[in-house]
Amino acid sequence: MAKLNINGRVHNVLVEPETPLLWVIREQVGLTGTKYGCGVAQCGACSVHINGEVMRSCSIAVGDLKAGDKIVTIEGLSPTSSHPVQKAWAAIDVPQCGYCQSGQIMAAAALLRKNPKPTDKDIDEAMTNICRCGTYQRIRTAVHMAAEMPAGGKSAAVNGHKA
Amino acid sequence: MKDISSKTKLSRRAFVVGTTAAAGGGLALGFHMPADAASARAAAANEGVEVNAWVVIKPDDTCMIRIARTEMGQGTRTGLAQLVAEELECDWKKVTTDSITPGQNLARKRVWGEMGTGGSRGIRTSHDYVRRGGAAARIMLLQAAADQWKVPVGELTVSDGIISHAASKRTISYGKVAAAAAKLTAPDPKDITLKDPRNWKIAGKAIKRLDTADKLNGSKIYAIDVKLPGMLCAAIKSCPVFGGTVKSYDEAKIAGRPGIKGVVKVKETGVAVVADTWYRAKSALEALPIVWDDAANAGQSDAIIAAHLREGFDAAANNGDRRNGDAVKAIEGAAKKVEAIYSTPFLAHATMEPMNCIAKIAADRAEAWVPSQNSEASLAALSEASGLPLDKCEVYRSDPGGGFGRRGGSQDYVHQAVAIAKNFPNTPVKLIWSREEDMTHDFYRPISQAKMAAGLDEQGNLVGLHVRISGQSINAFANPAAVAGGKDMRQLQGYDVNPGEAQLGYAAPNMLIEYVMRNTHVPVGPWRGVNTNQNAVYMECFMDEVAKAAGKDPLEFRRSLMGNFPKHLAILNAVAEKAGWGQPLPPGVHRGIAQFHGYATYSAAVAEVSVSDAGKLKVHRLVLGVNCGHPVNLDQIAAQCEGSVAFGLTAALYGECPVKDGRMASLNFDTYHIMRLAEMPKVETIIVPTYDFWGGIGEPTISVVSPAVMNAIHAATGKPVRSLPLKNVKLV
Repeated sequence: MAKLNINGRVHNVLVEPETPLLWVIREQVGLTGTKYGCGVAQCGACSVHINGEVMRSCSIAVGDLKAGDKIVTIEGLSPTSSHPVQKAWAAIDVPQCGYCQSGQIMAAAALLRKNPKPTDKDIDEAMTNICRCGTYQRIRTAVHMAAEMPAGGKSAAVNGHKA
Repeated sequence: MKDISSKTKLSRRAFVVGTTAAAGGGLALGFHMPADAASARAAAANEGVEVNAWVVIKPDDTCMIRIARTEMGQGTRTGLAQLVAEELECDWKKVTTDSITPGQNLARKRVWGEMGTGGSRGIRTSHDYVRRGGAAARIMLLQAAADQWKVPVGELTVSDGIISHAASKRTISYGKVAAAAAKLTAPDPKDITLKDPRNWKIAGKAIKRLDTADKLNGSKIYAIDVKLPGMLCAAIKSCPVFGGTVKSYDEAKIAGRPGIKGVVKVKETGVAVVADTWYRAKSALEALPIVWDDAANAGQSDAIIAAHLREGFDAAANNGDRRNGDAVKAIEGAAKKVEAIYSTPFLAHATMEPMNCIAKIAADRAEAWVPSQNSEASLAALSEASGLPLDKCEVYRSDPGGGFGRRGGSQDYVHQAVAIAKNFPNTPVKLIWSREEDMTHDFYRPISQAKMAAGLDEQGNLVGLHVRISGQSINAFANPAAVAGGKDMRQLQGYDVNPGEAQLGYAAPNMLIEYVMRNTHVPVGPWRGVNTNQNAVYMECFMDEVAKAAGKDPLEFRRSLMGNFPKHLAILNAVAEKAGWGQPLPPGVHRGIAQFHGYATYSAAVAEVSVSDAGKLKVHRLVLGVNCGHPVNLDQIAAQCEGSVAFGLTAALYGECPVKDGRMASLNFDTYHIMRLAEMPKVETIIVPTYDFWGGIGEPTISVVSPAVMNAIHAATGKPVRSLPLKNVKLV
């Protein structure tokens, strides 16, 4: 049994402790916005925030999480899809197939929280998720655009940390 | 022709047209359904009126446009909706879409036409009938208003779904006349005059996609996300050596693990573990000892395959050619000879959403949830694998998380899912391939090599060109009937004599371009761009080598061969101008240029790169030019061009699937490297339409990316690059 705080709600899940957080989120908790892409922390499709840090959930055993850890998935980033990153993504029409975009958005949101005005080099270093459709140019543009927007106020409460 | 393959062939059968089935019947009561299926049911609940097969109008004036083709990122859903809406004259802000199912299409005698989405055909082969569908609906809606008002229909006008009669100052919306319109006799599509695309208001513009919102908050349901009541999950391993089978497995070793529901031998080639969750199934499968019979191919390797291909250069006969004059003789007698051998490797599709399928098999009903590029092929596979007739089968669609050619005709995962689900009657079973399985059992881009030779006269004019491509045939593997008399011109894609689809844009007084078939044991299939990517590398990189030997600028040399190919030349000139060809560059930065024709679309690129003293490559900028005839959504064309740079550069920089001991050796993204954002060059797209044909967009521009970059490297280092990927090439 593990007790997980996901998007501000506590979930009691009955699962083997070695199960990766990704699969607990998808199969036990039932939130499917977080994606499986590689299982080896390479592609970033499974990116979530843990205590405000972007992490690849496919490679974190649920048994290694601490009781107080605050996990935020794409579904919890903003209750109204109004996080600046989501707004910028919509304005630029970033997604193609969309499969990797939950992870991209979570990575971008984490970057902007730490570094509100990232340079191109900062974006290069932080945005290491794979997009097979090749939306990278638009991701870069959208991160810069999101950096110019006022931070979304409502997301802070859901995130459990300041946006 | 020599064939060293020993492969397990997937059986296929032609899709049978015209069988009757209950449209939309028997939809399982899922609690996590794909958005489109959910919206279809919602539409029925809202009593929308079907004016015709393409257009459903609701009382609130929402226009639901039906889409048959697959949306997998390329923007086809939005583009097709724009084309229908353009003729329908509805309010674009009130447009929604719905993806019809193959069962519905079958039941209505394929009123929506072909559903298969490959070959960059989504728009270019359906634009005519979808526009006529939109126009027919408009005509019926106007007639219904005219009937109601008892005025001649010619006195009515329509804009944004509002019909007006100026003389009586009356207006009425589509939603108010839809029911009456639906009862009218539809006009003959042949009698409909479509708008001149130059007068389009919705199509031809840079309009936002219709399907972005649910990709931003995790609510979009891909097939891998679908949950059904009582559903089980399955993980599978097939013999890693192609053509091998299962010898034995020790089920007792995983007995007692949590959640396990069974172990299933899948055909003779694979083993699946079924459990209550996928992670439990996958980890049990990893713990399951399996003994494989590797059969004939365990000794295969890169070196053996390369030698097999190389041997094709000396073969007496070929498997298809185009020729004029006598190229061999002309090159022999030329003042200057240029020769080079090029090679490109096997590549995996590596869609971000791995292969998956849910199957639910009952005694008299088979259902599947499939991310498919060809839902009719999925339905045919479901019918064949379940043994039930087509009218007892249905396939529910989810937009694939990437396709790139992998999810088209083969439908291997549907066959597997059904084979597994048959053991759990009336229970949905979701099969998901691990990334490793996805990389182990792809239908790979075929491997090939090219022997290139050219002859120049004293003035540096091209007098002869001889190309011999030796490599694996997709048709020989996937569609042997297409290799009539041992000839397979598909492998020479982009070198056609005839205009239209994929014509070579150069003329020489003596030319011989030939294909020699050298098949391997590796399963192959179409990979976004199919043969244009490799063939463009061979032709366009060699053109730079020949130009250099002739002492001419690569652009000028090309122009001298392109007099008969004005559209190829126009797009080449357009990128050259935009990129400032011939203008000074920052120190250390060099340009390369390339052009190619594929999927009816003319593409060209200029790349700017630098190569450090240590041989490190940086690609700074790509200018891509495209003439697709009639552009339908300018922003989505730009998006496809940008994406094609990432797709093409990934292949150029890193892409290879090494074969070791008969199996694939690169099984995840730690070794099958995909380009990341930091390596993405600045991409500028210029669209130069000529409005006299319909070309594709999903694939064609990939072909010019690699050769433009390789030619820029050649310019930077003075050394031609002749093999890919570049990670294996010492640049300086």
